[in-house]
Amino acid sequence: MEGSYDRALTVFSPDGHLFQVEYALEAVRKGTCAVGVRGEDCVVLGVEKKTVLKLQDPRTIRKIVMLDDHVCMAFAGLSADARVLVNKARVECQSHRLTVEDPVTIEYITHYIATIQQSGGVRPFGISTLIIGFDPNDKIPRLYQTDPSGIYSAWKANSIGRSSKTVREFLEKNYKEGLSKDETIKLAVKSLLEVVQTGAKNIEIAVVTADSVKNLEIEEVEAIVLPISNLPN
Amino acid sequence: MEFLIGIIGKDFVLVAADTTAVISINIFKVDEDKSRDLNKHIIMLYSGEPGDAVNFAEYIQRNVRFYGIKNGIELNPKAAATFTRRELAQSLRSRKPYSVNVLIAGYDITKTTPHLYWIDYLGTSVEAPYVAHGYGAYYTTSFLDKHHHPDLTFEEAKILIKKCIDEIKHRLILNLPEFKIKVVDKDGIREVVI
Repeated sequence: MEGSYDRALTVFSPDGHLFQVEYALEAVRKGTCAVGVRGEDCVVLGVEKKTVLKLQDPRTIRKIVMLDDHVCMAFAGLSADARVLVNKARVECQSHRLTVEDPVTIEYITHYIATIQQSGGVRPFGISTLIIGFDPNDKIPRLYQTDPSGIYSAWKANSIGRSSKTVREFLEKNYKEGLSKDETIKLAVKSLLEVVQTGAKNIEIAVVTADSVKNLEIEEVEAIVLPISNLPN
Repeated sequence: MEFLIGIIGKDFVLVAADTTAVISINIFKVDEDKSRDLNKHIIMLYSGEPGDAVNFAEYIQRNVRFYGIKNGIELNPKAAATFTRRELAQSLRSRKPYSVNVLIAGYDITKTTPHLYWIDYLGTSVEAPYVAHGYGAYYTTSFLDKHHHPDLTFEEAKILIKKCIDEIKHRLILNLPEFKIKVVDKDGIREVVI
């Protein structure tokens, strides 16, 4: 009887599945798409934003969040779960600075987030995350991914969420080593446009360099989207 | 034994702290920075029990930074001072209170006004145009009563703070050879050499 193995996170099914974790991965697959791309000296996050309702304040819906002055994160899946996870990660970033006087490394905070996602006893967090940034006193852009099972991994470019497979295949085809900042942003936008039909107003982009974090204004995203979408396919 | 001072000028706050690290009768070093930046526009100067002071200042610093990142908007000087005061007041009523006195100097970027708060280990908080902690306050407050005015320019403030420091070196029996002077204005926090 397969049904009874999907109730508890702590019980394996006879063929070795943890159904709760797989259901959480399903929640991720239903979430809005997010991409991350590493360039030569920058790293970019792009997300698909759901259209804001007419009377809603768009500033209150953020899909790319800052964890610390030098770390950004995007997620796909249940926003409510993300909010909790983000808060914990932010506290850890400051706590790390307090204990060792240094900002967190990107791998450290990724590991921390993955550990929380893996911790047992409660239902899994229904989100995958992309974490980008630079380690302190370092020039190498970093991009990590975590998922509900608690796995984390490093990437040159990757995507999570709805249609992430299409986007990943696009990235695999088009990624080149040593992309400049503009090229990196362009690749991120292009890959997102594979699955986002509505254009610039539904795309949010964050660019992190060794000394700055910048969220692109809608006009800036539009300037990149327009020439791309006018090209014949 | 330690000395902290702050003076509000027209559109800035000038602050200074002695740089001696003293434990018991020993001077350990004379280039200790007794301040922490809470965010881009707020600085906290601290004095008191050496371990307590640094610990408390960094605790406040990390909490103020956390607020900024969590909410996407930084605390203003008044809010930071209120938070600090409350932490000290709560600490006072705990088993092991912090014995730390602080000055909080900041520039409110939305109201474009400089602010200066004097907070002691009992949780007293006062906003004033010129304040000081330590024995040096006995000499400098009366001096500033006479010479401070609301439209103080940066150059005038530098001269005033120099005179305050000279007075302390002259009158106080304690040896405070070096001071670190900083300014907070619309552009942030910078060190000032006089």
